[in-house]
Amino acid sequence: MTTMVLAEGDKFVAPGVADFFLPDIVPGVTKPMVLLVLSIVIIGAFFLAASRNMKLIPGKFQFAAESVYDFGRNNIAREQIGAKDFKPFIPLILTIFCFVLVNNLFGLIPLVQFPTMSHIGFPLAVSLLVVYPVYHFVGFKRHGFVGYLKHQTVPPGAPWFVLPLLIPIEFFQKFILNPLTLAIRVFAAMFAGHLLLLVFTLAGEFLLLNGGLTVIVAPVSFAFALALTFLEALIMCLQAYIFALLSASYIGMALAEEH
Amino acid sequence: MNRTLILAAEGHNPVVPQLAEVILGLVAFLLLFFVIKKFVSPRFEALYAERTAKIEGGIEKAEQAQAEAQRTLEQYKEQLAEARAEAARIRDDARAEGLQIIEELREQAQAESARIVAQGQHQLDAQRAQIVAELRADLGRTAVELASKVVGESLEDEARRRGTVDRFLNELDAVAAPANK
Repeated sequence: MTTMVLAEGDKFVAPGVADFFLPDIVPGVTKPMVLLVLSIVIIGAFFLAASRNMKLIPGKFQFAAESVYDFGRNNIAREQIGAKDFKPFIPLILTIFCFVLVNNLFGLIPLVQFPTMSHIGFPLAVSLLVVYPVYHFVGFKRHGFVGYLKHQTVPPGAPWFVLPLLIPIEFFQKFILNPLTLAIRVFAAMFAGHLLLLVFTLAGEFLLLNGGLTVIVAPVSFAFALALTFLEALIMCLQAYIFALLSASYIGMALAEEH
Repeated sequence: MNRTLILAAEGHNPVVPQLAEVILGLVAFLLLFFVIKKFVSPRFEALYAERTAKIEGGIEKAEQAQAEAQRTLEQYKEQLAEARAEAARIRDDARAEGLQIIEELREQAQAESARIVAQGQHQLDAQRAQIVAELRADLGRTAVELASKVVGESLEDEARRRGTVDRFLNELDAVAAPANK
């Protein structure tokens, strides 16, 4: 894209959707696909290496891995699902958190610089095909078919006359909206963030090379890009946390005895 | 060129997921999930369980040690109380024994003194008897000499003289005897 901008000369072309769909590396294989595979290799290798020879008193590396594991285990899974039921869901929540986090952070790593989650297909795969079936499955298993439908759609304590209104809304939210919003949330944040970074860096570059007098504004643009990078780093971590947190929260709500 | 580029860009609606990516995302996620569930999580959980067990074991051990110490302390206290009671008992015994010894000694001393007094009395009696016997002989002779001088004649007759003196002394004894009692 950068070369295209330069080639087109003095006319600035704002970055857009096309920047998210780079040409295939080899036919059928795109950059995000490679990054996605890379991410699971990194995460898998990290945890396998950390857990291969674990000691009661952890070393630095093991301590780091334990911190990540504990964050997923205690701060997300146990908080949201409850101390009684959270154990079987630890691997799932931990995987979600790390998977989203690393793929988000790819947007900041030099040379890689592409948040995989800005392609909606990836978060959608996790939310719609993993989290969604899991929480409804455990819900149906815990409460029975009718019991779970009632549990999910009829909030306790609601007066009977609002139920005709409340039940469709709750049903729509729990069975259709939740997985979509879960995916869209992280997708939109990554998409917008990456676009913002592109705008400021490409604008800075354009101003520097083609702007004539406006070249003095270029540093401002770069400074903004830098500032936004820090903001993005925060958002990337936050979105990974929210994704895992909401997933755990859906599971916790499905399993809860009462609302 | 520009037109086709825009078309190509339009062809990728960012909100519409690409099937290949959904499939790859799912497969990759499940693969990672499998690795974490199968290998990583059990190791971490085992470690945590071991750590918990170790801490709980340590607490239990400390509790045992404390109980042991408590038991020993009670034992010592019991023994101390026993020793105190023993000491008190011994002291009482010693006191009683001491009293008894003093009593015995006193009795012995009294007996001894009584014996000594009796012996003295006895000696005194013997000496008195002896003195009386001696005096009786002396007194007889002296009295006879005195009498012969007074009378002017020698009472040579032995038999008469003895009889007279004895008779006189016996009378004297009879007079002195009640006073002696």
